[in-house]
Amino acid sequence: MMNSLVRNSLALLCGLLVAGAALAAGADLGQTTKQATNWVAIGMFAGFVAITLGITKWAASRTRSAADFYTAGGGITGFQNGLAIAGDYMSAASFLGISGLVFGSGFDGLIFSIGWLVGWPVITFLMAERLRNLGKFTFADVASYRFAQTPTRIFAACGTLVVVAFYMIAQMVGAGQLIKVLFGLEYQYAVMIVGVLMMCYVLFGGMTATTWVQIIKAVMLLCGATFMALAVLWQFKFNPELLFAKAVEVHSKHDLIMSPGGLIKDPISAISVGMALMFGTAGLPHILMRFFTVPSAKEARKSVGWATTWIGYFYILTFIIGFGAVVMLTQDPGAYYVDGDLAKGLKGGGNMAAIHLANAVGGNVFLGFISAVAFATILAVVSGLTLSGASAVSHDLYATVFMKGRADSAKELRVSKMTTICLGIVAVILGIAFEKENVAYMVMLAFAIACSANFPILFMSVLWKDCTTKGAVAGGIVGLVSSLGLTIVSASVWEAVLHFPAGSALFPYASPALFSMSAAFLTIYLVSIMDNSKQAQLERSLYPAQKVRSETGLGSSSASGH
Amino acid sequence: MVDEVAARVEANPKYHQLVSMRSSYSIIMTILVMVVYYGYILLVAFDKEWLATKIGAGMVTSTGIPLGVGVIVITIILTNIYVRRANTEFDSLNAEIIKEANRK
Repeated sequence: MMNSLVRNSLALLCGLLVAGAALAAGADLGQTTKQATNWVAIGMFAGFVAITLGITKWAASRTRSAADFYTAGGGITGFQNGLAIAGDYMSAASFLGISGLVFGSGFDGLIFSIGWLVGWPVITFLMAERLRNLGKFTFADVASYRFAQTPTRIFAACGTLVVVAFYMIAQMVGAGQLIKVLFGLEYQYAVMIVGVLMMCYVLFGGMTATTWVQIIKAVMLLCGATFMALAVLWQFKFNPELLFAKAVEVHSKHDLIMSPGGLIKDPISAISVGMALMFGTAGLPHILMRFFTVPSAKEARKSVGWATTWIGYFYILTFIIGFGAVVMLTQDPGAYYVDGDLAKGLKGGGNMAAIHLANAVGGNVFLGFISAVAFATILAVVSGLTLSGASAVSHDLYATVFMKGRADSAKELRVSKMTTICLGIVAVILGIAFEKENVAYMVMLAFAIACSANFPILFMSVLWKDCTTKGAVAGGIVGLVSSLGLTIVSASVWEAVLHFPAGSALFPYASPALFSMSAAFLTIYLVSIMDNSKQAQLERSLYPAQKVRSETGLGSSSASGH
Repeated sequence: MVDEVAARVEANPKYHQLVSMRSSYSIIMTILVMVVYYGYILLVAFDKEWLATKIGAGMVTSTGIPLGVGVIVITIILTNIYVRRANTEFDSLNAEIIKEANRK
């Protein structure tokens, strides 16, 4: 039955691809936002889809229990998981967005990429091994380890779903826009293809398939980016100084690209954005979930060591790629710029810098490869998001809260598969509904909520002995509401989305994290110390045993086989 | 049964040695990363001119670029130093503690 479902999905997908291509061919090719159907790219992407669906078929034969579905049975090695985490984290937005930012303003792109990396050491030093030792399937397992299950799980599931929703909408809209440009497919078809493929991976292959999709994508992305960076450096005898000198000569901003520009306006915003990125990474449910796929704390540490290495290496590459694009694309304005005019900007917009550079260094075949990688990137990220959303519903809400832990594995698995289908459909609908909306704030909002709601309760429940259920849930709610509220009244939503006049936004900073995360921690502290109920005393008395397990892994080794 | 073993772990001075050694190490590393990162961000916020100065006479590369790449490299190195020490030194102490707790 599984096989025929996989086959049918593949047939449906091919149908969608053909239909989309036919529609695209009839569309107005003069539009700058949409390019001619790129058959090489579509062929490469079809190859990727064929391989990953093959893996999904293999993974489906190994996905029998809920544990297989959520965590691939805990059988992923540290090195594999490191690549998968990198694949989960390096989104198309960071590849195209950061290289585009470097292309447009040089230095600022570097500041931006550093911010996206610094969350990883924090996870390594404070969270990774403790997560692995305490958790089973979701981060709520860790947060609620010694707490009252119902309130903690309900809150953690909400925190998961809200973060997943915002992250997902941003990915789906980005996917539609990107694929429209790269492949010449209609927006709706692009979003539907992403939705259908993502459902196939997660539904049939669970965590095993999702992990391998992420690993393959990470390897493809790292290889492609390495080739581009080497091709650029080779032209300049591997001397960055020569590359920068040429870039300063041809860039319209000249020497300004060598100095910090307008990215950081005021110190408060700078620190607040920094906190959102630094601690938000440690509160992203789809990232946290990856730590439960390895068999031990040792492998969990190895995976985060590898992930940090790959992600940091990748950001250095994007910096070189951005400068390479400055130098190489201006040599042939007719091919890459609107009307061949440097002043009118790149065809398809500033985020296309890396894509055009792929064409410049490797011709149409390499362009096809990089386009396919960008598509694969989105699939890998949305699959991870869907899986973590589905496990919040089936493991936290259904199995623990609703069935009080008495659900059998088969039933739980069925609920998570039903949730996967629902999430996939909702993601496609939201992706289409938000097509024309400005979604630029959504990823930052996801990070702000993750660092203000998920991270504080996780951190305090694991590391502070006096933390109680009431404190954790109250602090989490304060963090969630304040980060959401402050984002709505900040310029990125109040003015850019709700169209209130410029300057009318009540909250003047770029991210609420500094305030909302502090409020969450303060609330957890105050409510916990004032809580002297019987339940609170019981929870405090359970702390030493929790600590033994979180520090030594005692009792958790049996959990690896789940 | 696990509870008894956990109680024996708690009573073992080596366990408290491990916890205090590893947590002070991870706190120091976290502070180090935060100083490096926020130091760089505050430099961008307060002294853009200095970051824009050239690294040598007649050169184009500005001070901020090798510094920024340095922040990325330091982040990678610190993370891997922690992982290596935790996976060797701390883990063997950890294994000893578990073994002693199970033996009794």
